[in-house]
Amino acid sequence: MLAPVSHNLALTTIVRKRVLPVHGEVILRLNQRVLANSVIAEAEYSHKHHLIDVARILSIKPKAAEKKIGDIRVGQHLAAGTIVASGSGLIPNDIKVQQSGRVVALGGGQILLDTSEKELSLKAGISGEVIEIIPNRGVVIQEVGALIQGIWGNGRVNSGSLHILAENPAHILEASQLDISLRSFVILAGSCQDAESLKSAADITARGLILSSLHPSLLGLARKMPYPIIVTDAIGKQAMNKTAYKIISTNNQRENVTVNATAYHRYKGIRPEVIIPLPHSDLPPIPREVETFAPGQNVRLRRAPHAGAMGTLVELPTGRKTLPNGLRVLAGEVKLKNGERVTVPLVNLEVLG
Amino acid sequence: MASIIEGDSVLSIDVGSATTRAILFDVVDGRYRFIAIGQSLSTAHAPFNDISDGVGEAIDRLAEITGRKFIDEEQHLISSIQEDGSGVDAITATISAGATLRIVAAGLLSEVSLESAKNLAESTYGQVVESISLNDPRKEEEQIDAILKTKPDLIIIAGGTDEGASRSLKKIIEIIGLAIYLMPKDERPAILFAGNQQMAQEVHDTLEPLSSSLHITSNIRPSVTTEDLRPARTALAKAFVEIRKTQIPGIEALDMWAGGRMLPSVFAEGRIIHLLSKLYGAEKALLSVNLGASAATLSVGFGSHLQTKVYPHLGMGEDIAKLLNYTTPENIARWLSIDIPLQEISDYIYTKALYPNSIPATKEDLQIEQALGREALRIAAESTQKKLPDDVPALKKNLFPLFELILAGGSVISNAPSFGQSLLILLDALQPTGISTIILDKNNLLPALGATADVNSLLPVQALETGAFINLATVVSPVSSARYGTGILKATLRRADGSVSTEELKQGGFKLFPLRMGETADLNLQPLHRADIGRGAGKKVTTKVGGSALGIVLDGRGRPLDLTSDDVRRRELIKKWLWTLGG
Repeated sequence: MLAPVSHNLALTTIVRKRVLPVHGEVILRLNQRVLANSVIAEAEYSHKHHLIDVARILSIKPKAAEKKIGDIRVGQHLAAGTIVASGSGLIPNDIKVQQSGRVVALGGGQILLDTSEKELSLKAGISGEVIEIIPNRGVVIQEVGALIQGIWGNGRVNSGSLHILAENPAHILEASQLDISLRSFVILAGSCQDAESLKSAADITARGLILSSLHPSLLGLARKMPYPIIVTDAIGKQAMNKTAYKIISTNNQRENVTVNATAYHRYKGIRPEVIIPLPHSDLPPIPREVETFAPGQNVRLRRAPHAGAMGTLVELPTGRKTLPNGLRVLAGEVKLKNGERVTVPLVNLEVLG
Repeated sequence: MASIIEGDSVLSIDVGSATTRAILFDVVDGRYRFIAIGQSLSTAHAPFNDISDGVGEAIDRLAEITGRKFIDEEQHLISSIQEDGSGVDAITATISAGATLRIVAAGLLSEVSLESAKNLAESTYGQVVESISLNDPRKEEEQIDAILKTKPDLIIIAGGTDEGASRSLKKIIEIIGLAIYLMPKDERPAILFAGNQQMAQEVHDTLEPLSSSLHITSNIRPSVTTEDLRPARTALAKAFVEIRKTQIPGIEALDMWAGGRMLPSVFAEGRIIHLLSKLYGAEKALLSVNLGASAATLSVGFGSHLQTKVYPHLGMGEDIAKLLNYTTPENIARWLSIDIPLQEISDYIYTKALYPNSIPATKEDLQIEQALGREALRIAAESTQKKLPDDVPALKKNLFPLFELILAGGSVISNAPSFGQSLLILLDALQPTGISTIILDKNNLLPALGATADVNSLLPVQALETGAFINLATVVSPVSSARYGTGILKATLRRADGSVSTEELKQGGFKLFPLRMGETADLNLQPLHRADIGRGAGKKVTTKVGGSALGIVLDGRGRPLDLTSDDVRRRELIKKWLWTLGG
């Protein structure tokens, strides 16, 4: 049976493609080193337009209006005040551009201007080396380091030096622990169960919070926070899985740690993740994204009664088994880290790799 | 590939959001039968991002179960029956997997053609994210920007009666055309035009070069007072598959296997209900419900009328957390027979949203899952009921109509550990009235049968008759305003062996007459105190009934079902109801 995979790796090669949603300009070079915050590509991506309906304003037919518009062309930039057409009569009615913009469509006696002043800037979202340029769209970046994939992110990205606040995987974050000495750090903070903690992290301009779990009532507030928040294990109250905790906590004070808290997207395959760049000699292997369940695999249990527990898959099913609640499912035998052997539906397992 | 009419064996592939199914139908003793099903995790999503892995594994499971080979060494489908028995004669395919379609609905008047465009949109796995109409107070450029911002997968354009005014519609088409023109070419939406047919050529000339695919169909609002979605539903089904082909690798190949006949699962389900409606006759209404991972879907068939509603926000998969926009953890907790803290319900919902393929592994989690299913289905049923035409028979205005047959599927319902649990979920959520036969689609076969229906009408009918589905129960639900504890129905069951059972159902009561599969009996129902079971207040009904998994269920709990606010008493009642149905 095909198995979902979650990565908690102490040292691996991470390759990520970053592309603009539209055509634009890639501003990096091949082999260039980037930080997570570096802008890699820019594009004009507007949702603000202004329509000048010359035919309607002058009460003439579209064909006649087109003649009045004259030699304006698509792509041309028109400054505010530019006269685009004039009416007839003793006192001609001049039609002026009210807000400067670029002509994006022209026809039928109408001019459509793109009046947006904002450019779309795409950030790297990962530190590393540019190993491929995708013309007009983006780049492929490669980094070597630790990789911890989360289950939830608030859509933001930033990087900074790592500070370990959580003294153990079950640590509960309190607002008072976030003092000014942690200013501008990426913080391994434990489980967050109150709004004050999130606000305090904003007050000290945290570069990111790495949480084991987050109370569901805080999801809305977390999305509004100006810094990235990544949750590794559960929406609710749950300790961090020991592997992730160990990997992160052994990298205290490491620099350029990226918290890419992009929202999880099931169909695009985008997951929130923490990347800790590490020194290396050779390139470690790139992790596999797809596995088939097999005995000996390290697995994490995703649902009660052992949610978050990790173990080793020791036996695969030969047929359906009946769970204590009566459901009949394909279930494997898992030996947990504490030695206990439990039967778990395969769909409730993910392979750690 | 052989034509499906010539073929005996049919392999149906259904690609769901959580599960991919490979289903084999074949002729046994001269009749089509459901043979076996192989299931696999769906692989439309990351990290697989290609349905082929899931389809291949589901077919492998089916091959293991049947001992029959469907795929050759070069991974090609064996497209006709070989001497060694391998292969299939025909293949059909259905799909519900994929992210909810983002749909822009456009029409002339918001309460007329725009409403019809939205009704059409609600019949597929989509969500209307923006609307454009003449009533829109925004400037043209603001409407353009609004369309651009939504990044639609599909734009449905309706408006104008046939041979009616066209200038206003032309304006809307221009706005849409401009918006699409401004989109990157590889992100342009499909367009479905279902408006004034006089505009069809102009729509084609203007929008065909711009859109990713253009579908022109007959007017869904041929007159101000008439809505006809039937032809447009077929065009929408085609547009849906075309969109999915561009979004999910592997769909194109599967559609080729199926000879270009791939359908959205909900469309195929609706087709079966439509077919059965014709068989049952004009005066009887039929209902199918499917509580899947991607959506809750309900199809109502009544004579030639078919109404299909898809509720992606009420699916049991990744969007399950959206249920909390429509209800509260308190409302969900009403359906539990044990005391579970509201916080646990909330945590459960978010965990399920993160791992939509996962299943409850404890008794408590199973109760929460089934409570979520009840609440999602209840909201979907309530919403569907409000939009049904007035001529669908109902005992009271705000009650669910009289359904002769209710077909139910979806993992929460069909995989429940007991038939009693499956039935109680349905009765609590749908609250049927009168006399209904409840059929369980244990293997989620309806989409597969629907996909074969238009080219092989024999297969679904014979498969239905030959035990592909489980006849769960015949349910009698009187509507009465009598006080709690008052007798509302006297029921007498006379079995073929001559034995007779009589029960008096009281208001608030819940009774069961066991009648095993294969048995038949005469059921005599005498409503008391002006209770109504579908023929009028106090009117007696005598009918022949067939046996089923549970038998005859008399549901006197009230319509609408009013659960007591006393937590302890309510939990005891729920346990008692379940115990009545065998646990």
